[in-house]
Amino acid sequence: MSSIVTETAGLAGTRTGARRSSLWRDTFAKLKKNKVAMCGLVFLVIMFLFCFIGPFFSPYASGKVNTVMINKPPSMAHWLGTDNLGRDILTRLMQAGRISLTVGLAAMLLSVFIGSVLGVVAGYYRGVVDQIVMRFADILMTIPGLPLLFIIGAILSEWKVPTDYRIYIVMLMLSLIGWPELARLVRSQILSLREREFMQATESLGLRDHRKLFFHLLPNTIPILIVVATLRVGGAILSESVLSYLGLGVVPPTPTWGNMIDAANTLIDFQKRPWLWIPPGFAIFATVISINLLGDGLRDALDPKMKR
Amino acid sequence: MKAYIIRRLLYMVLTLFGASVLIFGLYALTPGDFVDNNPKLTDERKAELKQMYGLDKPVVERYFVWLGNAVRGDFGYSLQYQQPVTSLLSQYIWNSFLIASASTLFTWLIAIVIGVISATRQYSFFDSAVTIGAFAAMSFPSFFAGLLIIKFFAVDLGWFPPGGMITTGSNATGLAYVWEVIDHMFLPVLVLTMLGVGSLTRYFRTNMLEIIRQDFIRTARAKGLKEKTVVYKHALRNALLPAITLLGFELPALFGGAIITEKIFNWPGVGQLYMQAFSLRDYPLLMGFTMFLAILTVVSNLLADLLYGVADPRVRLK
Amino acid sequence: MTNALLTIDHLQTHFFTPSGVVKAVNDISLRVREGETVCIVGESGCGKSVTAMSVLGLVAEPQGKVVGGDIRFDGVDLLQLSPLEKQQLRGNDIAMIFQEPMSSLNPVLTIGEQIMEPLWEHLLLSKKEARAKAIELISLVGIPRPEEIMNAYPHQLSGGMLQRIMIAIAISCNPRLLIADEPTTALDVTIQAQILDLLREIKETYNTAILLITHDLGVVAEMADYVVVMYAGKVIEEGPVLELFSNPRHPYTRGLLQAKPVIGQRKKRLNSIPGQVPNLIGLADSCYFHDRCESCMSVCRLKQPELKQIDDGHRVACWLYEEESGLA
Repeated sequence: MSSIVTETAGLAGTRTGARRSSLWRDTFAKLKKNKVAMCGLVFLVIMFLFCFIGPFFSPYASGKVNTVMINKPPSMAHWLGTDNLGRDILTRLMQAGRISLTVGLAAMLLSVFIGSVLGVVAGYYRGVVDQIVMRFADILMTIPGLPLLFIIGAILSEWKVPTDYRIYIVMLMLSLIGWPELARLVRSQILSLREREFMQATESLGLRDHRKLFFHLLPNTIPILIVVATLRVGGAILSESVLSYLGLGVVPPTPTWGNMIDAANTLIDFQKRPWLWIPPGFAIFATVISINLLGDGLRDALDPKMKR
Repeated sequence: MKAYIIRRLLYMVLTLFGASVLIFGLYALTPGDFVDNNPKLTDERKAELKQMYGLDKPVVERYFVWLGNAVRGDFGYSLQYQQPVTSLLSQYIWNSFLIASASTLFTWLIAIVIGVISATRQYSFFDSAVTIGAFAAMSFPSFFAGLLIIKFFAVDLGWFPPGGMITTGSNATGLAYVWEVIDHMFLPVLVLTMLGVGSLTRYFRTNMLEIIRQDFIRTARAKGLKEKTVVYKHALRNALLPAITLLGFELPALFGGAIITEKIFNWPGVGQLYMQAFSLRDYPLLMGFTMFLAILTVVSNLLADLLYGVADPRVRLK
Repeated sequence: MTNALLTIDHLQTHFFTPSGVVKAVNDISLRVREGETVCIVGESGCGKSVTAMSVLGLVAEPQGKVVGGDIRFDGVDLLQLSPLEKQQLRGNDIAMIFQEPMSSLNPVLTIGEQIMEPLWEHLLLSKKEARAKAIELISLVGIPRPEEIMNAYPHQLSGGMLQRIMIAIAISCNPRLLIADEPTTALDVTIQAQILDLLREIKETYNTAILLITHDLGVVAEMADYVVVMYAGKVIEEGPVLELFSNPRHPYTRGLLQAKPVIGQRKKRLNSIPGQVPNLIGLADSCYFHDRCESCMSVCRLKQPELKQIDDGHRVACWLYEEESGLA
């Protein structure tokens, strides 16, 4: 097998069904052999279950303020202790995880969508369209991600956006700074793909542009997109946590892992009550490392260059 | 070559122009400014100040005034410090540069050594340990890594100072001063190195793995060269070349990324300055710093590309 | 008759891949005498190159491994040598030239540096001496303006020039054995002839033994003293070049020779051997050529023929001759 891309290339159009599924089966078989990546996958599944189903088993899911139980260290009743409003940290960790994971996934989906559409269009039409898209991407890329996020975050604070909407806006922000790199990647893939024989075949068949673009070109970039997208979720979760930690992202009462760590900004909580801020930090860490390991395993399985 | 440089310069100016529009536009979108946010001022005084700073003019006009000054190297006055932005930046930039360069140095040294070793022993225990370690390092949120390290090394163990650049009230001079700064630098540099080393190690490992499979490595072995020469001269030299262009991305990203670490460690660098400017909505300073980052990105990318052209014989003569 | 310089006995080199064990070299024996040119001929994937890499100890670990047999060079068992001893032997006593000159030289080092490296390593020359010697070597392989070439980078030279440089590197330490793996395959026809001439010159001047690996029978006819035909990891026929060309025995060798155009004879179409080299994983205990053989017999499907002497120095592994020699 010389390359996955040529293999998918060969089947684009006509013999899609059978061989495509074998490509995925191959990939999954390879992935299954990669123990580290499988650990990542299993852990991610557990994390999702923990965050999305966990709260149903918690007696503290309502998040009621309990003035008697303020800032209590871990105990049998509260495994990870309670916060400054007497809420159970473990339950809050699950609820925060819902938001953080959702924001990460949604931001990834959105930036992959924007990035791949713009990348395909730029790479396929080239010329003026390409120039406009890529120059805009360049401009966005000249400003490092964090300062750019801070600025947008600050504007949002000034505009007094209702807290309920902030989580959507954070998703938008993250995808706004995420798409240029993806567009660049997809574009370069498309540029090399369109020179391949199978595209000349679609040319001679007289297929319409949008068919060529979205049924023949884009599917061939899917393996690399999957890898990048997976790793992107991790990046988005990290960025979200920084923003929320600084109060520029999702703000309380909506909990996220990032704004839970905000507790560390109080000296006494930081020094004397580590149960307030260490668990969410490790939740982020564990989630992101699982995503990274899984993404790397996918890269190994999908990228023929790294085979053997 | 000359034509190439001219084209690149032209293109750089255009990109920076775009970036300036973006940056100014973003700040212009923000309601409220330094004057509005100060409740101590009377309305009259506010209007006066606004006129003084030119805040009462239309956005487009303000932009061109700002840009015109910026081109001449004048980013205006910081409202908070009452000093020119450029002189503020030049005061603080060196502190940032200190930890940025120290951590870049360590990051690259560690990444090259570990990346090469793990590539030459692919699938060994060492390689797997390094792989997991590298991913672990990449998976920490920067602020959390900083907090954990302060909590552990500074608060619990008390080995290092928790923040700042010199001990409060200290007036050490000479070698004692240098030592004190190094003592304070240790933890932030540790965090920055830790955060950066993972991806770079992966980069070198992947590149080395690809190069080790090349024909010329087989030739070098067939010539009977020592394995060390094969790996560190023939393979590493090829792996280092494309890494030059990475340096162009690393440097500005480091200044951007160090913002959080500087804030957490209370390190008196531009990042710390930036975060303060944020809470006070000191727009000239914020715009100045953001523009500085954009310029740094564009310039260091250009330099990296030129450097690569000089270093790689295949590009050099074309 | 001079002594054998290189003796390979029952060499087995296997590759352990996820889909099974590939017996790339499956019980190969051959001999190269001092000053002699031995050609290994065969289709791609028959184990020619792996044999050469096994001699140099450069089989890609950990998948590839020499699992049996021995290789003696001037009486020394190469498989027993320590890595350091092997390294000192490579490029010094045994040198190698590869198929792709374009990718076989390091793109970021100057030609001069790459020629001088083995001189520093094996002959312990000083920088100055090595430089003088390198310039001498470059002119020796027929490249003009050697001083300029010293400072050039590989991408600035043509494929033919690079192959000459590879030869210069290979002969720099006066090796006793030169292994050339398809040295002319990647080159233009006119350049091919020049490279072969150069190799012959070297052989004559320095009495270097050459183990030449090729799939091109033209090259064999021009260069070889002795020919070894390989198929699917095995030697199926071997003999002195004239004998083998005039009197090929194995159906595969015959097929190869008939597949070669002969000037003056216009055939409607060239003969070709149907089919392909079999997959080397999990081969049955049969003659590996049986499914492509025009004179396949029932015994061919059941048992593997052994390499048997039929004439002076001419040996073949085929059931067709097993009975003959058995009867005689």
